[in-house]
Amino acid sequence: MPSVRDIRRRIRSVENTGKVTNAMSLIAASKMRRAQLAVTDGRPYAEKIHEVIATLAAQPTDDDTVHPLLETRPVNTVGMVVITPDRGLAGGMHANINRQVARFILDSDATVRSIVVGRKGRDFLVRYTDTVQAVFTDLSDRVSLADTTAISRLVIDGYTAGEFDEVHLAYMRFVSTVQQQPVIERILPVEPAALESAQRVGYIYEPDPATVLSALLPQFVEMQVYHAILESIASEQSARMVAMRNATDNANQLASDLTLVMNKLRQDSITNELLDLVGGQVAMEG
Amino acid sequence: MPMQLQIITAEREVFSGEVDALVAPGVAGQLGILPNHAPLMTVLQPGELLVRAGGDDSYLALSGGYLEVLGNQVIVLADAAEDVDEIDEARAQEALVRAQERVAGRESDIELEQAVASLRRAQVRVTVARRRRSTPHRSLAPQARQ
Repeated sequence: MPSVRDIRRRIRSVENTGKVTNAMSLIAASKMRRAQLAVTDGRPYAEKIHEVIATLAAQPTDDDTVHPLLETRPVNTVGMVVITPDRGLAGGMHANINRQVARFILDSDATVRSIVVGRKGRDFLVRYTDTVQAVFTDLSDRVSLADTTAISRLVIDGYTAGEFDEVHLAYMRFVSTVQQQPVIERILPVEPAALESAQRVGYIYEPDPATVLSALLPQFVEMQVYHAILESIASEQSARMVAMRNATDNANQLASDLTLVMNKLRQDSITNELLDLVGGQVAMEG
Repeated sequence: MPMQLQIITAEREVFSGEVDALVAPGVAGQLGILPNHAPLMTVLQPGELLVRAGGDDSYLALSGGYLEVLGNQVIVLADAAEDVDEIDEARAQEALVRAQERVAGRESDIELEQAVASLRRAQVRVTVARRRRSTPHRSLAPQARQ
Protein backbone atom coordinates (compact mmCIF):
# COMPACT_ATOMS: atom_id res chain seq x y z
CA MET A 1 0.00 0.00 0.00
CA PRO A 2 1.53 3.35 -0.99
CA SER A 3 1.63 6.07 1.60
CA VAL A 4 -0.31 9.30 1.40
CA ARG A 5 2.88 11.10 0.59
CA ASP A 6 3.63 8.80 -2.33
CA ILE A 7 0.21 9.38 -3.76
CA ARG A 8 0.46 13.12 -3.33
CA ARG A 9 3.74 13.07 -5.24
CA ARG A 10 2.16 11.01 -7.98
CA ILE A 11 -0.77 13.43 -8.26
CA ARG A 12 1.56 16.36 -8.64
CA SER A 13 3.47 14.57 -11.39
CA VAL A 14 0.28 13.64 -13.24
CA GLU A 15 -0.96 17.21 -12.97
CA ASN A 16 2.29 18.52 -14.41
CA THR A 17 2.05 16.14 -17.31
CA GLY A 18 -1.51 17.34 -17.83
CA LYS A 19 -0.33 20.94 -17.97
CA VAL A 20 2.26 20.07 -20.60
CA THR A 21 -0.16 18.12 -22.79
CA ASN A 22 -2.75 20.85 -22.42
CA ALA A 23 -0.25 23.45 -23.62
CA MET A 24 0.74 21.20 -26.52
CA SER A 25 -2.85 20.77 -27.56
CA LEU A 26 -3.43 24.53 -27.51
CA ILE A 27 -0.32 25.15 -29.59
CA ALA A 28 -1.31 22.43 -32.02
CA ALA A 29 -4.79 23.94 -32.31
CA SER A 30 -3.43 27.32 -33.33
CA LYS A 31 -0.93 25.81 -35.75
CA MET A 32 -3.67 23.69 -37.19
CA ARG A 33 -5.82 26.71 -37.90
CA ARG A 34 -2.98 28.33 -39.77
CA ALA A 35 -2.20 25.17 -41.70
CA GLN A 36 -5.85 24.77 -42.62
CA LEU A 37 -5.91 28.33 -43.92
CA ALA A 38 -2.82 27.64 -45.99
CA VAL A 39 -4.52 24.62 -47.51
CA THR A 40 -7.64 26.60 -48.42
CA ASP A 41 -5.62 29.57 -49.67
CA GLY A 42 -3.72 27.35 -52.07
CA ARG A 43 -6.80 25.67 -53.42
CA PRO A 44 -7.90 28.16 -56.13
CA TYR A 45 -4.44 28.03 -57.70
CA ALA A 46 -4.43 24.25 -57.62
CA GLU A 47 -7.84 24.01 -59.24
CA LYS A 48 -7.03 26.55 -61.90
CA ILE A 49 -3.74 25.02 -62.91
CA HIS A 50 -5.40 21.62 -63.11
CA GLU A 51 -8.07 23.00 -65.39
CA VAL A 52 -5.59 24.77 -67.65
CA ILE A 53 -3.51 21.62 -68.05
CA ALA A 54 -6.59 19.63 -68.95
CA THR A 55 -7.48 22.20 -71.61
CA LEU A 56 -3.94 22.28 -72.94
CA ALA A 57 -3.46 18.55 -73.08
CA ALA A 58 -6.63 18.28 -75.11
CA GLN A 59 -5.15 20.57 -77.77
CA PRO A 60 -4.11 18.83 -80.93
CA THR A 61 -0.35 19.11 -81.42
CA ASP A 62 1.32 19.45 -84.81
CA ASP A 63 3.71 16.56 -84.19
CA ASP A 64 3.58 13.39 -82.15
CA THR A 65 6.04 14.39 -79.47
CA VAL A 66 4.72 13.98 -75.99
CA HIS A 67 5.98 16.15 -73.18
CA PRO A 68 8.40 14.13 -71.01
CA LEU A 69 6.21 14.55 -67.93
CA LEU A 70 3.19 13.14 -69.74
CA GLU A 71 5.00 10.18 -71.21
CA THR A 72 4.02 6.73 -69.91
CA ARG A 73 6.75 4.11 -69.73
CA PRO A 74 6.81 0.47 -68.66
CA VAL A 75 7.30 0.61 -64.91
CA ASN A 76 10.57 -0.74 -63.58
CA THR A 77 11.31 1.77 -60.88
CA VAL A 78 8.79 3.63 -58.82
CA GLY A 79 9.68 6.85 -57.07
CA MET A 80 7.85 7.42 -53.84
CA VAL A 81 7.65 10.75 -52.08
CA VAL A 82 6.73 9.99 -48.48
CA ILE A 83 5.58 12.96 -46.45
CA THR A 84 5.61 12.47 -42.69
CA PRO A 85 5.89 14.71 -39.64
CA ASP A 86 9.21 15.48 -37.99
CA ARG A 87 7.86 15.06 -34.50
CA GLY A 88 5.82 12.46 -32.70
CA LEU A 89 3.19 12.78 -29.98
CA ALA A 90 0.54 12.99 -32.64
CA GLY A 91 -1.37 9.80 -31.94
CA GLY A 92 -1.27 7.10 -34.58
CA MET A 93 -0.53 9.49 -37.42
CA HIS A 94 2.95 8.47 -38.47
CA ALA A 95 2.23 4.79 -37.84
CA ASN A 96 -0.72 5.04 -40.20
CA ILE A 97 1.16 6.65 -43.03
CA ASN A 98 4.19 4.41 -42.59
CA ARG A 99 2.06 1.29 -42.60
CA GLN A 100 0.41 2.40 -45.83
CA VAL A 101 3.79 3.06 -47.43
CA ALA A 102 5.18 -0.28 -46.25
CA ARG A 103 2.23 -2.08 -47.76
CA PHE A 104 2.73 -0.23 -51.04
CA ILE A 105 6.41 -1.16 -51.13
CA LEU A 106 5.66 -4.81 -50.37
CA ASP A 107 2.89 -5.04 -52.96
CA SER A 108 4.80 -3.28 -55.71
CA ASP A 109 6.36 -5.41 -58.42
CA ALA A 110 8.75 -2.67 -59.41
CA THR A 111 11.74 -1.44 -57.45
CA VAL A 112 10.67 1.33 -55.13
CA ARG A 113 12.93 4.22 -54.27
CA SER A 114 11.73 6.62 -51.69
CA ILE A 115 12.30 10.29 -51.11
CA VAL A 116 11.39 10.95 -47.52
CA VAL A 117 10.21 14.19 -46.01
CA GLY A 118 10.17 14.24 -42.21
CA ARG A 119 12.01 12.34 -39.49
CA LYS A 120 9.25 9.87 -38.69
CA GLY A 121 9.21 8.46 -42.19
CA ARG A 122 12.97 8.52 -42.44
CA ASP A 123 13.46 6.53 -39.24
CA PHE A 124 10.92 3.97 -40.32
CA LEU A 125 12.07 3.52 -43.91
CA VAL A 126 15.76 3.51 -43.11
CA ARG A 127 15.21 0.85 -40.49
CA TYR A 128 12.84 -1.47 -42.31
CA THR A 129 13.51 -0.96 -46.00
CA ASP A 130 16.44 -0.27 -48.27
CA THR A 131 14.59 2.14 -50.49
CA VAL A 132 15.64 5.52 -49.15
CA GLN A 133 17.25 7.70 -51.74
CA ALA A 134 16.88 11.19 -50.33
CA VAL A 135 15.76 12.71 -47.07
CA PHE A 136 14.38 16.15 -46.27
CA THR A 137 13.79 17.13 -42.67
CA ASP A 138 13.18 20.25 -40.61
CA LEU A 139 10.66 21.91 -42.87
CA SER A 140 9.04 24.73 -40.99
CA ASP A 141 5.38 24.69 -39.95
CA ARG A 142 4.80 27.66 -42.23
CA VAL A 143 6.21 26.11 -45.32
CA SER A 144 6.38 28.16 -48.50
CA LEU A 145 6.34 26.99 -52.08
CA ALA A 146 10.01 27.88 -52.38
CA ASP A 147 10.89 25.53 -49.49
CA THR A 148 9.43 22.58 -51.32
CA THR A 149 10.83 23.13 -54.79
CA ALA A 150 14.01 21.21 -53.96
CA ILE A 151 11.87 18.13 -53.38
CA SER A 152 9.84 18.57 -56.55
CA ARG A 153 12.97 19.29 -58.61
CA LEU A 154 14.44 15.98 -57.51
CA VAL A 155 11.28 14.20 -58.58
CA ILE A 156 10.94 15.97 -61.91
CA ASP A 157 14.62 15.58 -62.82
CA GLY A 158 14.54 11.94 -61.75
CA TYR A 159 11.53 11.29 -63.92
CA THR A 160 12.91 13.11 -66.93
CA ALA A 161 16.24 11.29 -66.61
CA GLY A 162 14.43 7.95 -66.50
CA GLU A 163 15.43 7.16 -62.91
CA PHE A 164 11.78 6.69 -62.04
CA ASP A 165 9.11 5.43 -64.40
CA GLU A 166 6.35 6.53 -62.10
CA VAL A 167 6.22 8.78 -59.08
CA HIS A 168 3.77 8.45 -56.22
CA LEU A 169 3.07 10.80 -53.39
CA ALA A 170 2.18 9.44 -49.94
CA TYR A 171 0.78 11.77 -47.31
CA MET A 172 -1.92 12.24 -44.72
CA ARG A 173 -4.90 13.94 -46.23
CA PHE A 174 -6.64 16.35 -43.94
CA VAL A 175 -10.31 15.37 -43.93
CA SER A 176 -11.42 17.04 -40.73
CA THR A 177 -10.03 17.90 -37.34
CA VAL A 178 -10.69 14.41 -36.06
CA GLN A 179 -10.10 12.52 -39.25
CA GLN A 180 -7.02 12.17 -41.40
CA GLN A 181 -6.56 9.68 -44.12
CA PRO A 182 -3.36 8.20 -45.49
CA VAL A 183 -3.34 8.47 -49.27
CA ILE A 184 -0.98 7.43 -52.03
CA GLU A 185 -1.43 9.25 -55.32
CA ARG A 186 0.37 8.98 -58.60
CA ILE A 187 1.75 12.35 -59.64
CA LEU A 188 3.93 11.33 -62.58
CA PRO A 189 3.29 10.79 -65.41
CA VAL A 190 0.77 13.61 -65.24
CA GLU A 191 -2.66 12.45 -66.18
CA PRO A 192 -4.70 15.37 -67.47
CA ALA A 193 -8.29 15.31 -66.34
CA ALA A 194 -10.88 14.56 -68.98
CA LEU A 195 -12.61 17.64 -70.22
CA GLU A 196 -16.22 18.40 -70.69
CA SER A 197 -16.66 19.47 -74.27
CA ALA A 198 -18.12 22.83 -73.28
CA GLN A 199 -14.72 23.82 -71.91
CA ARG A 200 -12.92 23.40 -75.19
CA VAL A 201 -12.57 27.03 -76.10
CA GLY A 202 -10.42 28.26 -78.95
CA TYR A 203 -7.72 30.00 -76.99
CA ILE A 204 -4.99 32.14 -78.45
CA TYR A 205 -1.78 30.69 -77.09
CA GLU A 206 1.26 32.78 -76.60
CA PRO A 207 3.89 31.73 -77.60
CA ASP A 208 2.22 28.34 -78.47
CA PRO A 209 0.37 25.53 -76.69
CA ALA A 210 3.41 23.28 -76.39
CA THR A 211 5.51 25.97 -74.72
CA VAL A 212 2.77 26.91 -72.33
CA LEU A 213 2.24 23.27 -71.45
CA SER A 214 5.88 22.53 -70.87
CA ALA A 215 6.16 25.55 -68.58
CA LEU A 216 3.03 24.55 -66.68
CA LEU A 217 3.65 20.85 -66.13
CA PRO A 218 6.64 21.13 -63.79
CA GLN A 219 4.76 23.82 -61.92
CA PHE A 220 1.82 21.50 -61.58
CA VAL A 221 4.00 18.81 -60.02
CA GLU A 222 5.61 21.34 -57.70
CA MET A 223 2.23 22.51 -56.66
CA GLN A 224 1.03 19.00 -55.89
CA VAL A 225 4.05 18.32 -53.71
CA TYR A 226 3.59 21.64 -51.93
CA HIS A 227 -0.06 20.95 -51.41
CA ALA A 228 0.58 17.48 -50.02
CA ILE A 229 3.01 18.96 -47.52
CA LEU A 230 0.44 21.52 -46.44
CA GLU A 231 -2.15 18.81 -45.98
CA SER A 232 0.32 16.76 -44.03
CA ILE A 233 1.09 19.66 -41.70
CA ALA A 234 -2.60 20.31 -41.12
CA SER A 235 -3.12 16.61 -40.40
CA GLU A 236 -0.16 16.46 -38.07
CA GLN A 237 -1.30 19.43 -36.04
CA SER A 238 -4.88 18.27 -35.78
CA ALA A 239 -3.82 14.73 -34.87
CA ARG A 240 -1.55 16.17 -32.20
CA MET A 241 -4.27 18.45 -30.93
CA VAL A 242 -6.69 15.56 -30.51
CA ALA A 243 -4.08 13.23 -29.03
CA MET A 244 -2.93 15.84 -26.55
CA ARG A 245 -6.45 16.77 -25.58
CA ASN A 246 -7.15 13.11 -24.82
CA ALA A 247 -3.95 12.94 -22.84
CA THR A 248 -4.98 15.99 -20.83
CA ASP A 249 -8.38 14.47 -20.11
CA ASN A 250 -6.73 11.24 -19.01
CA ALA A 251 -4.34 13.11 -16.78
CA ASN A 252 -7.18 15.01 -15.13
CA GLN A 253 -9.16 11.82 -14.66
CA LEU A 254 -6.16 10.06 -13.18
CA ALA A 255 -5.44 12.97 -10.86
CA SER A 256 -9.00 13.01 -9.54
CA ASP A 257 -9.02 9.23 -9.06
CA LEU A 258 -5.76 9.45 -7.18
CA THR A 259 -7.09 12.28 -5.05
CA LEU A 260 -10.01 10.08 -4.00
CA VAL A 261 -7.66 7.24 -3.07
CA MET A 262 -5.44 9.65 -1.20
CA ASN A 263 -8.33 11.16 0.79
CA LYS A 264 -9.59 7.75 1.70
CA LEU A 265 -6.14 6.70 2.86
CA ARG A 266 -5.74 9.87 4.88
CA GLN A 267 -9.09 9.39 6.53
CA ASP A 268 -8.23 5.78 7.27
CA SER A 269 -5.01 6.78 8.90
CA ILE A 270 -6.71 9.50 10.96
CA THR A 271 -9.37 7.04 12.04
CA ASN A 272 -6.69 4.55 13.00
CA GLU A 273 -4.80 7.13 14.99
CA LEU A 274 -7.99 8.19 16.77
CA LEU A 275 -8.81 4.59 17.50
CA ASP A 276 -5.36 4.11 18.98
CA LEU A 277 -5.77 7.24 21.06
CA VAL A 278 -9.24 6.34 22.28
CA GLY A 279 -8.19 2.75 22.86
CA GLY A 280 -5.24 3.90 24.96
CA GLN A 281 -7.40 6.22 27.01
CA VAL A 282 -9.98 3.53 27.67
CA ALA A 283 -7.17 1.20 28.80
CA MET A 284 -5.77 3.85 31.16
CA GLU A 285 -9.15 4.61 32.70
CA GLY A 286 -10.09 1.01 32.92
CA MET B 1 -17.90 47.43 -68.90
CA PRO B 2 -15.32 46.25 -66.40
CA MET B 3 -13.86 42.75 -66.29
CA GLN B 4 -13.20 40.37 -63.44
CA LEU B 5 -9.58 39.98 -62.42
CA GLN B 6 -8.20 37.36 -60.12
CA ILE B 7 -4.54 37.20 -59.16
CA ILE B 8 -3.62 33.99 -57.41
CA THR B 9 -0.40 32.38 -56.29
CA ALA B 10 0.14 28.91 -54.90
CA GLU B 11 0.08 30.40 -51.43
CA ARG B 12 -2.81 32.84 -51.46
CA GLU B 13 -5.28 34.85 -53.47
CA VAL B 14 -3.63 38.23 -53.95
CA PHE B 15 -6.49 40.09 -55.54
CA SER B 16 -9.96 39.50 -56.81
CA GLY B 17 -12.25 42.18 -58.17
CA GLU B 18 -13.38 44.30 -61.08
CA VAL B 19 -10.85 46.17 -63.17
CA ASP B 20 -10.94 48.27 -66.36
CA ALA B 21 -7.62 47.35 -67.91
CA LEU B 22 -4.35 45.65 -67.21
CA VAL B 23 -0.90 45.52 -68.72
CA ALA B 24 1.00 42.31 -68.16
CA PRO B 25 4.58 41.24 -68.91
CA GLY B 26 4.04 38.48 -71.49
CA VAL B 27 6.98 36.41 -72.71
CA ALA B 28 6.53 37.98 -76.11
CA GLY B 29 6.35 41.52 -74.73
CA GLN B 30 4.03 43.81 -72.85
CA LEU B 31 0.44 42.79 -73.20
CA GLY B 32 -2.55 45.05 -72.72
CA ILE B 33 -5.86 43.46 -71.83
CA LEU B 34 -9.14 45.35 -72.09
CA PRO B 35 -12.64 44.08 -71.43
CA ASN B 36 -14.01 41.61 -74.00
CA HIS B 37 -10.59 40.36 -74.99
CA ALA B 38 -10.51 37.13 -77.01
CA PRO B 39 -9.72 33.92 -75.07
CA LEU B 40 -5.99 33.91 -74.41
CA MET B 41 -3.50 31.82 -72.55
CA THR B 42 0.01 33.09 -72.17
CA VAL B 43 3.19 32.62 -70.20
CA LEU B 44 4.33 35.66 -68.25
CA GLN B 45 7.89 36.66 -67.52
CA PRO B 46 9.08 38.41 -64.38
CA GLY B 47 7.87 41.97 -64.64
CA GLU B 48 5.46 44.63 -63.61
CA LEU B 49 1.73 44.12 -63.73
CA LEU B 50 -0.31 47.28 -64.10
CA VAL B 51 -3.92 47.13 -63.03
CA ARG B 52 -6.29 49.99 -63.74
CA ALA B 53 -9.57 50.12 -61.87
CA GLY B 54 -11.86 53.12 -61.62
CA GLY B 55 -9.15 55.56 -62.72
CA ASP B 56 -6.61 54.33 -60.16
CA ASP B 57 -3.47 52.49 -61.14
CA SER B 58 -1.97 49.69 -59.11
CA TYR B 59 1.37 48.03 -59.66
CA LEU B 60 2.44 44.55 -58.71
CA ALA B 61 5.77 42.80 -59.06
CA LEU B 62 5.29 39.42 -60.70
CA SER B 63 7.97 36.79 -60.84
CA GLY B 64 6.61 34.91 -63.77
CA GLY B 65 3.41 32.96 -64.19
CA TYR B 66 0.48 32.56 -66.55
CA LEU B 67 -2.38 34.65 -67.70
CA GLU B 68 -5.70 33.39 -68.89
CA VAL B 69 -8.48 35.41 -70.45
CA LEU B 70 -11.82 33.74 -70.88
CA GLY B 71 -15.04 35.62 -71.34
CA ASN B 72 -14.69 38.68 -69.24
CA GLN B 73 -12.61 36.86 -66.67
CA VAL B 74 -8.89 37.34 -66.37
CA ILE B 75 -6.90 35.03 -64.17
CA VAL B 76 -3.25 35.59 -63.36
CA LEU B 77 -1.54 32.52 -61.98
CA ALA B 78 1.60 34.04 -60.54
CA ASP B 79 4.66 32.33 -59.11
CA ALA B 80 4.77 35.24 -56.71
CA ALA B 81 2.97 38.56 -56.76
CA GLU B 82 3.67 41.49 -54.51
CA ASP B 83 1.95 44.81 -54.34
CA VAL B 84 3.99 48.02 -54.33
CA ASP B 85 3.31 48.56 -50.66
CA GLU B 86 4.35 45.06 -49.72
CA ILE B 87 7.86 45.51 -51.02
CA ASP B 88 10.57 46.89 -48.81
CA GLU B 89 12.63 48.97 -51.20
CA ALA B 90 15.83 48.81 -49.18
CA ARG B 91 15.63 45.05 -48.96
CA ALA B 92 14.78 44.73 -52.63
CA GLN B 93 17.83 46.85 -53.41
CA GLU B 94 20.04 44.63 -51.26
CA ALA B 95 18.67 41.54 -53.00
CA LEU B 96 19.47 43.15 -56.32
CA VAL B 97 23.07 43.76 -55.30
CA ARG B 98 23.40 40.18 -54.05
CA ALA B 99 21.96 38.86 -57.30
CA GLN B 100 24.43 40.96 -59.29
CA GLU B 101 27.29 39.55 -57.25
CA ARG B 102 26.04 36.05 -57.86
CA VAL B 103 25.92 36.62 -61.59
CA ALA B 104 29.47 37.96 -61.51
CA GLY B 105 30.80 35.18 -59.31
CA ARG B 106 29.00 32.25 -60.89
CA GLU B 107 30.77 28.97 -61.30
CA SER B 108 28.58 26.92 -63.60
CA ASP B 109 25.99 27.47 -66.28
CA ILE B 110 23.17 26.23 -64.10
CA GLU B 111 24.21 28.63 -61.41
CA LEU B 112 24.34 31.43 -63.94
CA GLU B 113 20.84 30.62 -65.07
CA GLN B 114 19.56 30.72 -61.51
CA ALA B 115 21.50 33.86 -60.73
CA VAL B 116 20.15 35.64 -63.80
CA ALA B 117 16.63 34.60 -62.89
CA SER B 118 16.96 35.96 -59.38
CA LEU B 119 18.58 39.09 -60.78
CA ARG B 120 15.58 39.70 -62.99
CA ARG B 121 13.18 39.16 -60.13
CA ALA B 122 15.17 41.55 -57.98
CA GLN B 123 15.17 44.18 -60.73
CA VAL B 124 11.41 43.93 -61.08
CA ARG B 125 10.90 44.35 -57.38
CA VAL B 126 13.14 47.40 -57.24
CA THR B 127 11.38 48.98 -60.24
CA VAL B 128 8.00 48.37 -58.72
CA ALA B 129 9.12 49.54 -55.29
CA ARG B 130 10.25 52.86 -56.82
CA ARG B 131 6.73 53.40 -58.08
CA ARG B 132 5.68 53.99 -54.54
CA ARG B 133 7.35 57.37 -54.62
CA SER B 134 7.27 58.25 -58.29
CA THR B 135 3.75 57.34 -59.36
CA PRO B 136 0.39 57.80 -57.72
CA HIS B 137 -1.07 54.39 -57.06
CA ARG B 138 -3.62 52.53 -55.08
CA SER B 139 -2.79 49.45 -53.07
CA LEU B 140 -4.40 46.19 -54.10
CA ALA B 141 -2.84 44.18 -51.33
CA PRO B 142 -5.15 42.34 -49.01
CA GLN B 143 -4.54 42.86 -45.32
CA ALA B 144 -1.55 40.83 -44.27
CA ARG B 145 -2.61 37.79 -42.35
CA GLN B 146 -1.03 37.13 -38.99
